[in-house]
Amino acid sequence: MIELDKVAMSYGGRTLFQDVSLSISPGSFHFLTGPSGAGKTTLLKLCSLELGAQSGHLKLLGQDVQGIDRDQIARMRRRIGVVHQDSRFVDHLSVAENVMLPVAVSGRSTDVSGDLGELLGWVGLADAAERTPPELSGGERQRVALARAIILSPEIVLADEPTGNVDWDMSLRLLDLLIELNRLGKTILCATHDLNLIRHAKSRVSARVLRIKDGAVALAGAGL
Amino acid sequence: MSRLRDFLIGDPTATRIVPPSGFTAVLTIASAAAMAFLAVFAIALHLATGELAARWEAELAGTATVRIPASENAEADAAAVLTALSQTPGIVEARRLTDEEQLVLLAPWFGDGVPLDRLRLPVLIEVLETDAGPDVTGLSERISAEAPGAVYDNHSRWRVPLANAASRLRQLGAVSLLLIAGVTAVTIALAASSALAANGQVIDVLRIVGARDGWIAAAFTRRFTMRAFAGALGGTIIGMIAVALVPGGVETGVLSGLGFDGLQWLWPLLVPFVAAGLAFGATWVAAARRLKEDG
Repeated sequence: MIELDKVAMSYGGRTLFQDVSLSISPGSFHFLTGPSGAGKTTLLKLCSLELGAQSGHLKLLGQDVQGIDRDQIARMRRRIGVVHQDSRFVDHLSVAENVMLPVAVSGRSTDVSGDLGELLGWVGLADAAERTPPELSGGERQRVALARAIILSPEIVLADEPTGNVDWDMSLRLLDLLIELNRLGKTILCATHDLNLIRHAKSRVSARVLRIKDGAVALAGAGL
Repeated sequence: MSRLRDFLIGDPTATRIVPPSGFTAVLTIASAAAMAFLAVFAIALHLATGELAARWEAELAGTATVRIPASENAEADAAAVLTALSQTPGIVEARRLTDEEQLVLLAPWFGDGVPLDRLRLPVLIEVLETDAGPDVTGLSERISAEAPGAVYDNHSRWRVPLANAASRLRQLGAVSLLLIAGVTAVTIALAASSALAANGQVIDVLRIVGARDGWIAAAFTRRFTMRAFAGALGGTIIGMIAVALVPGGVETGVLSGLGFDGLQWLWPLLVPFVAAGLAFGATWVAAARRLKEDG
């Protein structure tokens, strides 16, 4: 599903990864953790094709993404849902329109729009469809971002510190949504520095933890 | 055709992606309106000067005047000149102007009731030429020989400069239209580029959710094309009203021809469509370049 083979990445003259290789299988749930600035966000951006690897190979959904053109990148992104810590929206569009953006850009018009109400209900925002993003709280924004990320039923969901700006109760609620998605067969890769959240998740789902540190990514042990 | 329909109708969300208001919206609509207003006047000028040149050409081409100085022999000279003209190839008809006709010609300068019998006036002969016309040099020499001091004037001395002036004005009208089109395209391209720069967040969001550059460019292009069309339509309507209100001047004056007549009113109606076409091209190029630069 996601395969990195000797991927290297440096940023601002500093090496973030060196020869990172890892494989994330379909339907798995992985946390990515590590200190601030270790490269969690960069690794997720590589996986969402927002950045290109400086060396090595990245395979997504069975396809080597080395050298694919911009249209192919766009098509690939429709199969990968992304939730950022500071999820951005088109502020003058309503929540419903923002959630439907992936549908609009993919050219699908009606086949999934009927699910919108159900999806907003699932993230607990059934009554927020006509509000605009600036009117939402941090937790609501993250749930809208999650709804937008999965409207096209992507195979992979990447979440970058999705609980970074919300309180513990909201963090658990977002985690519940990710766990539920995983149970529906989605591959989840969630970057977080919140070890409590990881411990809580591991008590409920079979999640693996990848630790990124000093330019290397390694599977963390049971004690994190 | 279906692509044009798709473009015009578009996806409702895509149409709303570009913020509906703001500096670039005002700039696009206002500049399109102003340029359309000017374009209507440039078209009117182009048509008016074209008609003026054609009218001057038509009214005076193929005619000439022989002017015989007033003298005791003027009558005999006129008869000799008329005989010479009747024998000259390229002349259809020649006739001496009557006193009444000379009075009409003098009236603008001296008023009615000029005592012709007390004035020493030249004798005027009106000549109608064939399309090919006579050998003007040879004819002038012969007329001078028959009537010393007589002049064969085919009006080219002042007709040609007037026609040239009208032609130049017509060219200026065309150049003005080109300049207006160029300025419109550049202004809208700058506005679109500025809008793309100001909406970096929107573009980032669209890319994250899988939008192709072509889709993003089309969304901006559609919005700017519609804005340019709306602005140009307003400017065109105001321009047409303004042209309709231009007061008529002297019948033969330039200003009296500045306007549209009959089917000519259809020409300015093309302006909004041309403006929309320019906006489409300018925005598409600006958007494609900007999106490529942004990576």
